Amino acid sequence: MPVEPPVVSPRTLVEAYSLLAADDYRPVAGGTDLLVEITGELGEPPERVLDIWHLDELRGIRMESNALVLGALTTYAEMRRSPLVAEFLPAFAEAAATIGAAQIQNRATIGGNAIHASPAGDMLPLLLACDAQLVVGGAQGERWVAARDFWPAYRRTALAPTELLLRICIPLATGRHVRYRKVGGRRAQAISKVVMALAWQADDAVDAPWRDVHLALGSVAATPIRAPRTEAVLEGSAPDEPTADRAASTLASEINPIDDVRSSADYRRAVAARVLHRLIREQGGW
Amino acid sequence: MTYRFVVNGDPVEVDVPGMRRLLDVLREDLALTGTKEGCGEGECGACSVLLDGALVDACLVPICQVDGTIVRTVEGLGGERALNDLQAAFLETGGAQCGICTPGMLMAGEALLATGAATNDATIREAIAGNLCRCTGYTKIVEAIALAAGRRRASAGDEPPA
Repeated sequence: MPVEPPVVSPRTLVEAYSLLAADDYRPVAGGTDLLVEITGELGEPPERVLDIWHLDELRGIRMESNALVLGALTTYAEMRRSPLVAEFLPAFAEAAATIGAAQIQNRATIGGNAIHASPAGDMLPLLLACDAQLVVGGAQGERWVAARDFWPAYRRTALAPTELLLRICIPLATGRHVRYRKVGGRRAQAISKVVMALAWQADDAVDAPWRDVHLALGSVAATPIRAPRTEAVLEGSAPDEPTADRAASTLASEINPIDDVRSSADYRRAVAARVLHRLIREQGGW
Repeated sequence: MTYRFVVNGDPVEVDVPGMRRLLDVLREDLALTGTKEGCGEGECGACSVLLDGALVDACLVPICQVDGTIVRTVEGLGGERALNDLQAAFLETGGAQCGICTPGMLMAGEALLATGAATNDATIREAIAGNLCRCTGYTKIVEAIALAAGRRRASAGDEPPA
C-alpha cells in the first residue's frame, strides 16, 4: 500500500493560507499527479498534504472585463462542457479533449497542470500563446504573474511555498485565432512528444498578413517555451507556402529538444516543424 | 478521521487516514474487491468507479475527497445474483476474457450509457479510451456496449412520451 501522509482539508481560502504559513504542505486538487507520488516510486512522497478540493473560491469559469477566467480547480471535463470556453476559447476545449481520457478529465485541473510545471504540461503552451495571467494568493494578498514568467526553470514555478494558484485569466482579443496540436504515442492517455499552440491576429481573408504572432511549445525544452525567431518569420506575413517553409525550418533550428523515453530530439524537431507547416497550410487554404 | 459516503446505495462510514486511496478503502476496508488494481497510476482504468456519477480512477482519489459523495462500483451494477443489461451484453458478445479490465470497462460503459447520448463506434471507443484490456479484446467490448446502448434506447422508446 502507498504511504498515507497526514492531510488537512480546509473549507476556506483563509484557513488554507494560515495552514500554509505555519507548515510545509503539498497541495492536492484532482490528485492525478500527487496520488502517483504517494506510492514512493517517483522519489520521496510528500510529508504533509493540503487538500484544496473543497475550496469553492477556486472553482468556476466566468467572463471578467474582456478575459475568460478559469478557476484553478477547473477540470478538463468542465472545460469541455463549458459554453463560455466553446464560444470564446474553443482551442482550450479542444486541448482538454486530448488530455488523458474520461477518468483523468473528470479529475485533473488546469491549476494542477500549471503547478506541476512539467515541460510536457499539455495546457501550458496555450497559456503562453494567449498571454494568460496566473493569479496567485497568500496571507499577504493576491498577485498576478504572466504565463511567460511562471515557469522559470525545469519543474519550477513562480509560486512561493506559502501561496496557492487561484485562477487563470486569459485575455480575449478580437480577431485573434488560436490553434492547438498535441503529438503523442496515441490519441488518449499519452504524455506529449510535442505540444504546440499558435495564436495570431488577422483579418478574415486567407491572404491577410498575421500580426501579434505567438508560438509556444511543450516537450521540446526544460520548460514550456515561446519560439521568438519563428514568430518573427511569421509576423507580418500571409500564410503562404514560402512563409510556411521558412517558419518550419526556422523552428527546427530554434528548438533544442532532448532524447528521452518518449521520443528522440530528431523526431521532436522534425515533427514540430511539420506540425507548424501544416497549421499554416490549413490557414492559407493551399 | 471518519469519512461518510454512499456506496452502491448503502451509507458507509470508515475511520481511515485521509490520504488512503478510494481503491484501498473499497477493497481493504469495505471488502468490495470487484474493483481491481492494475497500474496504480491512472493509466489502465481497471479501478474505474463512478464518483457522483463521474468516471474516475479509484487509485487517484484520496478518501478525504470522497466524504459526502455517492460512489458506484461494479458490485452496484446488477447485484450478487443478477446482471444488469450491460453486464449481460458483455457475456453475450464475449466482451469479458481474462477479467481484470472488465469491472473498469463496465463502469466506463455505464458512464457513457448514463449520459443518454447516442452512441457509435467513435463515442464508445472514446468512452473506454482510459481503459486497457491486456487481452486486447476491444472489438467485443465495443460490441457489448453498443448492444446494451441499443437495447436501452429501444426500451426507453417503448415508454409513453412524458
